Amino acid sequence: MTRKVIKAAPKKTTMKKAIPSDIDTQAGYVRIEDAPLLPPPPSEVGVTGWLYKNIFASMSDFGSVSAALKSVFVAASTLFILYFLVTQISGLLDFAIFSAVWSDPEGLKRQACWTVEQGGALPNGWHAACWPFIEAKAKFIFYGAYPNDDLWRVNLTYALGGFMLAWVMIERLPYRKIVGILLLTVYPVMATVLLTGGAFSISTGTIGGATILGLALITIGRLGKAGYVSGAFGDLALVAGVCGWLVILFAAVLAVFAIDFDLEAIDTRDWGGLLITLVVAITGIVASLPLGILLALGRRSEMPVARFLCTVFIEFWRGVPLITVLFMASVMLPLFMPEGVNFDMLLRALIGVTLFSAAYMAEVVRGGLQAIDKGQYEGADAVGLSYWQSMRLIILPQALTHVIPGIVNTFIGLFKDTALVSIVGIFDLLGAAQSTLADAAWSTPVQGLTGYLVVAVIFFVFCFGMSRYSMFMERKLNRSHKS
Amino acid sequence: MFGRDRSLTSLLNDTFIRGILFQALIAIGLLLSINWLADNTLSNLANQGKTLGFDFLTRTAGFQISPTLGTWMLDYKVGKSTYTDVYLIGIINTFIVALLGILAATVIGFTVGIMRLSDNLVFRWFSSFYVEVVRNVPLLLQLFFWYFAVLRAMPSKREKLELVEGVAGLNITGLYLPAPIVSDGFIYSFLSLIGAIAITFLVRRYALRRQAETGQILPMFWIGLSIILLLPVLVHYLNGSPLDWSLPEFKDTGPKLRQGYQSGAGMVLVPEMLAVWLALSLYTAAFIAEIVRAGILAVSRGQTEAAYALGVRPNVTLRLVVIPQAMRVIIPPLTSQYLNLTKNSSLAVAIAYPELVSVFAGTALNQVGKEVEMIFMMMMVYLTFSLMTAAFMNWFNSRVKLVER
Repeated sequence: MTRKVIKAAPKKTTMKKAIPSDIDTQAGYVRIEDAPLLPPPPSEVGVTGWLYKNIFASMSDFGSVSAALKSVFVAASTLFILYFLVTQISGLLDFAIFSAVWSDPEGLKRQACWTVEQGGALPNGWHAACWPFIEAKAKFIFYGAYPNDDLWRVNLTYALGGFMLAWVMIERLPYRKIVGILLLTVYPVMATVLLTGGAFSISTGTIGGATILGLALITIGRLGKAGYVSGAFGDLALVAGVCGWLVILFAAVLAVFAIDFDLEAIDTRDWGGLLITLVVAITGIVASLPLGILLALGRRSEMPVARFLCTVFIEFWRGVPLITVLFMASVMLPLFMPEGVNFDMLLRALIGVTLFSAAYMAEVVRGGLQAIDKGQYEGADAVGLSYWQSMRLIILPQALTHVIPGIVNTFIGLFKDTALVSIVGIFDLLGAAQSTLADAAWSTPVQGLTGYLVVAVIFFVFCFGMSRYSMFMERKLNRSHKS
Repeated sequence: MFGRDRSLTSLLNDTFIRGILFQALIAIGLLLSINWLADNTLSNLANQGKTLGFDFLTRTAGFQISPTLGTWMLDYKVGKSTYTDVYLIGIINTFIVALLGILAATVIGFTVGIMRLSDNLVFRWFSSFYVEVVRNVPLLLQLFFWYFAVLRAMPSKREKLELVEGVAGLNITGLYLPAPIVSDGFIYSFLSLIGAIAITFLVRRYALRRQAETGQILPMFWIGLSIILLLPVLVHYLNGSPLDWSLPEFKDTGPKLRQGYQSGAGMVLVPEMLAVWLALSLYTAAFIAEIVRAGILAVSRGQTEAAYALGVRPNVTLRLVVIPQAMRVIIPPLTSQYLNLTKNSSLAVAIAYPELVSVFAGTALNQVGKEVEMIFMMMMVYLTFSLMTAAFMNWFNSRVKLVER
């Protein structure tokens, strides 16, 4: 039975050479040349193709009743969302830039942002940002009640920190490790002295005592290293040596705090705004990571008492809201301390925030520890590393790299949570901005929105920046793993 | 030198003995510091002339609490209700706002999360924009925004913004909605709803067994929906519809001071509660959206392709292959978001919504001054809830864990 064969395109003589001789080129059904290449369908290329793939593909199925209903629904909601996005974004731009009042040359204060109805000069129905208000309050929003003459100290602290941080983060620069260590050790001491003014009343006896104790411990450590202390006590002597160095370091910090640099002492009650937000966030971030690592190791430890205590600690802090922690820090911490010991309000909040985020950090780190293959632990044991050596050299570097996104998420959460200190009466960025809204001299209907917009943008820049940097780090570290 | 004794040396080098020694040290240190803290606390309290004890719970409270679900349920009256009532009101108000928040956040979060995976660019744009903006701005600021910038800008007490003509309206004093008035027979309608749910479960069991035996599938969704909808409605109307609605009543005539929404008609959601609800649900929804997206992406493409290769239709693939596996990934972080939402409801103290922190650790603490006891009681509520959630999570995880050979 023969089939009807489709007629091929007219033959071209030039193509004949390429055809093997054993094919009957005269037969009408043999195709002896390539079909012409068709252009790609318009739904695949160009602007229309892009539009089809990204927008219309989801709403062009009318094959059945339910598919058609879905397409119509998707089309309608696309239009609605597009309308919503356009109106909202243009409204925001209009509010913040195009219609906003930018300057107040005549010093009218609130009247500069009043409509005719309210007694000002702006057209009725005007609703946009009042930037002169922010300009007038900028110092308070950024520094709180910090004395004007001493603002250079805050700025110097920012500049130093920013400079060192940038140095650590830019990969081409030399000595990044040293700068990083300085950033974590020397910088906090410098920042404390610069911001508070230093010259704390610490008796020379305390400093001297600590120094002598440290030296004695170091001596014991040296003796142990040289082999004069035998057996089991040799290990203890080495531990004593390490502790000795820590005590000496502590004494040195105390000594620096005791020196009078002739800076005016500024009470933390006068700090405020962005300064407080950064101080709380950065202290919390720097202190909670090591604490969290210790807690995580404790929770994974084989010693039941240590494990139990760490678990209880972590679950307690994770089980209560931060507000209650801050309430507790501000109301109950003074009760816990012996008479006469009085903690600074800011210090109380710092302790609360640090313990709180350390518990979250511990859970993130624990996740990383659990993700490490058991062989790594066994390998470290097999080459004879001690517990701390294997943690420091084998386990933690891998575990922490695994959980960078989680760690940064905790940092971002902590940064946002600093806003809560305003509830216990510390004027952080949000608290300072909120309190400027009570100023009658600038009272306008747009005052609140303008203030909130500024605070939101500042928080957004910090948090978004952190999350993008973590994504960048993650990609970079991932690549080095795969190669 | 010391320590020549071999047995002592080997004893100290024994990891087990070392562990015990170390733990004993920790335990002793902990006990000593607890003792020190307790000692300090007691002497400080004694210096302030205070004692420990829970007798304040039976004293009557002398302050106003704004009308909310808690005050309505416990019939709160100044000078008559006790501090125990205040505590319970705080708990009820915390949980009602957390419950409403969880419901709204789940709906919004799943919608936005699925939109983020859509083919439609506009949907993707919108959801990325939403998630990035909301996640990177503090919740407290969002709460202030909704409360001070949006709800405070609503029409004044004597005016209204009509949402549904005669039924729902909004002004600066809150959102006015119809209130249900329950009469005697309503309990039967309620019971029949529970019965309908139970019957649906039984029918579902039958349907599953039938499918296992014969391979035939019952349209379980439609059957269940009709049982759950029809049975209670039928019982309700046969019983003479024992439920009435009290509509909110708005007056714009008569003496100026009497204008506005009238008390006693309809029900009002105070603006503080609305602000907390909006802020909490929108904020948590952004996190839920990310969880949902990650969960769906975690189901490998091979699963979908395998289902298609077996000839399973796309809708059924989604329902029986993708969603069950995605849910396994989604539910643990989702639960912790619910927990976060509940804990975050404590931010409501900033705008004075009478929840636990605000009303008990705030107002009542100022009146009574029993810091230790009251903060302990407050923390216990949150801790209990957290531990209950954790217990549920463990149960769930052990249930859905991949059973490997």
